[in-house]
Amino acid sequence: MNAAKTCQPVGAMYAALGIHRCLPHSHGSQGCCSYHRSALTRHYKEPVMAATSSFTEGTSVFGGMANLTQAIQTIFTAYEPDIIAVHTTCLSETIGDDIPSIVAKAIEKGFVPEGKLVIHTNTPSYIGSHVTGFSNMVASMVKYLSQANPKSADTFNVIPGWVEPSDMREIKRILKAMNVPFILFPDTSDVLDTALDGERQFYPDGGTTVEELRRTGGSRATFALGHFASEAAAKGLNEKCSVPAHLLDLPIGLRATDRFISALHEVCGVAVPAEIEKERGRLVDLMSDMQQYFDRKRVALVGDPDQIVALAEFCADLDMRPVYIVSGTPGKVFETRVLERLEERVPEVKIANGAGADMFLLHQWIKQEPVDLIIGNTYCKYISRDEDIPLIRHGFPILDRVGHSQFPTVGYMGAIRLLEKMLDAFLSRKDRDDAEEKLELVL
Amino acid sequence: MSTETLNAADLKEQMLSAYPPKLAKKRGNQMVVNRKEGASEDEVPAIGANTRTSPGIITQRGCCYAGCKGVVLGPTRDIINLVHGPVGCSFYAWLTRRNQTRPPDEESENFMNYMFSTDMQDDEIIFGGEKKLAQAIREAYEIFHPKAIGVFSTCPVGLIGDDVHAVSRKMSEELGINVFGFSCEGYKGVSQSAGHHIANNQLFKHVIGRGTEVPEGDFKVNLMGEYNIGGDAFVLEEMFERCGITLCATFSGNSTIEQFERSHLADLNLVMCHRSINYIAEMIEEKYGTPWFKVNFIGADSTAKSLRKIADYFGDEGLKARVEEVIAEEMKEVAAARELHKPHLEGKTAMLFVGGSRAHHYQDLFAEVGMKTLSAGYEFAHRDDYEGRKVLPSIKVDADSRNIEELTVKRSEDEFRPEQQVRKAELTEQGFEFSDYVGMMPEMDKDTLVIDDISEHETEMLLRKVKPDIFCAGIKEKYGVQKFGIPCKQLHSYDYGGPYAGFKGAVNFWADIDRMINASVWKHLKAPWKN
Ligand code: SF4
Ligand code: SF4
Repeated sequence: MNAAKTCQPVGAMYAALGIHRCLPHSHGSQGCCSYHRSALTRHYKEPVMAATSSFTEGTSVFGGMANLTQAIQTIFTAYEPDIIAVHTTCLSETIGDDIPSIVAKAIEKGFVPEGKLVIHTNTPSYIGSHVTGFSNMVASMVKYLSQANPKSADTFNVIPGWVEPSDMREIKRILKAMNVPFILFPDTSDVLDTALDGERQFYPDGGTTVEELRRTGGSRATFALGHFASEAAAKGLNEKCSVPAHLLDLPIGLRATDRFISALHEVCGVAVPAEIEKERGRLVDLMSDMQQYFDRKRVALVGDPDQIVALAEFCADLDMRPVYIVSGTPGKVFETRVLERLEERVPEVKIANGAGADMFLLHQWIKQEPVDLIIGNTYCKYISRDEDIPLIRHGFPILDRVGHSQFPTVGYMGAIRLLEKMLDAFLSRKDRDDAEEKLELVL
Repeated sequence: MSTETLNAADLKEQMLSAYPPKLAKKRGNQMVVNRKEGASEDEVPAIGANTRTSPGIITQRGCCYAGCKGVVLGPTRDIINLVHGPVGCSFYAWLTRRNQTRPPDEESENFMNYMFSTDMQDDEIIFGGEKKLAQAIREAYEIFHPKAIGVFSTCPVGLIGDDVHAVSRKMSEELGINVFGFSCEGYKGVSQSAGHHIANNQLFKHVIGRGTEVPEGDFKVNLMGEYNIGGDAFVLEEMFERCGITLCATFSGNSTIEQFERSHLADLNLVMCHRSINYIAEMIEEKYGTPWFKVNFIGADSTAKSLRKIADYFGDEGLKARVEEVIAEEMKEVAAARELHKPHLEGKTAMLFVGGSRAHHYQDLFAEVGMKTLSAGYEFAHRDDYEGRKVLPSIKVDADSRNIEELTVKRSEDEFRPEQQVRKAELTEQGFEFSDYVGMMPEMDKDTLVIDDISEHETEMLLRKVKPDIFCAGIKEKYGVQKFGIPCKQLHSYDYGGPYAGFKGAVNFWADIDRMINASVWKHLKAPWKN
């Protein structure tokens, strides 16, 4: 009930949009594709293009070979992408369609023009969640495209995980500031946050190019941000092309960003520039200035595991108490990670993960003992309204506010934004609730 | 822009030239230039509709499940809609359609804010999910004690052979409430439309006719195919009440199962969205003798016309007088709004590609302020919605639609009301139209372009070549359209505005369209140094 997760293909679709001139393709009935496109569109308020195999009852009996080969032909003729990224759905998975052999058939029939590519990933929704789908598609990019040679490249791979286009943009800014030559993949900035100038570009400027994806195999190391979304691809790269993998948390909050910057500093052998140090300093300054308003505030975190691990740590570093932690995406490491990051600072924490870890449960917990703040996706607004608790929207999907596409929450600057949002929530609440004579001008 | 700039035949050729030959032929059948010069009013060309979307096309369409659960059943607040399948299908349908509902008080049941799914895992895909389904029904019952639970099948369910109907029957017995299943797997049919049909069938089989308490009122109607997006049904409810017309049930908006159960006791069925609900109207008439006719409450003039038709049907002078009073009263505000917005909108052009009825009805709203529709089409309608019900006998049922059950309905021995049919016969004699829908095309101008199941490629072409002043579609199209600097009005969700039905709705709609077309932002798309 009231799930805190959704299905794999939507994640695969999002990841695929982070490849330059890629058309994601949903192999299954057209409903899934329509739902996934709608979900992403509502979140990003941008066109989200993807095609579908439009299965019918006949297809579900005879398999999707004819549909997919025809789809490939139509897509390359009518929509002219450089690459098609196929993901499966529950239906094609249950039928057991073998995508590589269907693609081989399409190539044999001459439906794939010279120099164009079709890659695929399996995304059965009855396993994992949307985060798993994202991870699978990124791993497939490696499987299909990464090449071990030439080894000479001095680049570093960064897999940003399922974060917003604004976050990817910020990660690139940090890498540039640090003088790290990099390949970021996938990269949805300039794809799902494009300008409006009266000319539509069906394939926007952004996205990691196929050429760059090939070169990931020659990079010196890979930084995988977020265990759930990025580890699989980094491991794959290591196995396939012997690129050493460094697994890090999403750089959300002070210490996760510290670890990211330190890793860049150590692994890439670059100095940390004053610009970044000052950003860190400004964050710490703010944390100390406003510490009294965060101290002992009870917070509920619900959403995707990589985000929550980092958010939990940041909240604890602000002396808040992340007491309820819910993620529908199943995975044993989740609880271990969260506990590790909390460092026994919140002994009363309740953690729910996987089956039954949903918003209904969270609501029950909150009813038993309320919190001061909820951080989660838009669906939390029903709990927030019922219980009169402020909500900060974070994660997927955000259907009713903007900002996530424009302003990052990663890095020190992102942490400053998160901090400002939390502070706003607490202080607005205080201003609203304080008795007339207690209303403070200066806070 | 004006119609002269749209050379429909040319445009069609250009659109098709991007496709492989076989596909071009298929799409060609689904694009027609409306009424060539010299054709008479009711002579429209045949259009290909309700055929499968070719794989690889970027389509607006969704699936059967979406039509069944999302559209028809979703808006009823006291039925628990439990989706049997993996989590996604249910997650995406969770509150995304904006059907509003207003329980009479705090204590009344309302499950519409909840999302129920059996969250199938790989084990269930392999070994079957019937046990998990039964357990989920039991749990939902234990927590909420609803009057009824509907169970919706998603794609994998049909494939692994779970029998949702058997489980529903069993649970009905165990719990003593109405539990009924829908075989609305997403791959059935070619679009949401199949799901509408399946939803109609099951409602008719499992819900309608169970009630016995005759609603009070002299003029009892059901409103069908009105889903209370943005509060449309609230506006209509209020309007009916002022006219003294009793609304027994709305299928489905602000509705309850009890209203459905006794809907067969109404005197007349009013059909708004013909596509999604005509089956129930037909079946109720077959079994209980209640006549139906088509109404349109989108557009102020259209609303007045429909209200008058209802009053004429009942033939009661008091009712007629009240209807005239309401119209006169409402028209004051409407006239003022028209006067305000018409100067900003007259001569502007629109295109509408959406749904199974709105692409037609909203043309009235545009026409009432002097706007022209250049091109339109449905997402999931059938030929009768384009060309009128008169083509029904000539529609060939293809393999994709054949296996959607057609219920055979027999006249009910004791509940059939012959006097209803006598009234219908009398009125028909006088030229009154029943059981009819003229369709979109006869009401569209000559040389407009009608496109069924429009693709993203075709949409882009229309926008590039014709540049209408406003484009109406859904969420997936919205932001792509706007990148061209053309405002896009969502006619599924109303862009979170509305209501747009009835007299009040017309006033809201014109205000919104005026605001959108004349928004300042469109003047600033180019940086000043680029001008
Ligand atoms: S799996 Fe089937 S039922 Fe579910 S959204 Fe996809 S097409 Fe529709
Ligand atoms: S859960 Fe499966 S069937 Fe449902 S929308 Fe997701 S991929 Fe489609």
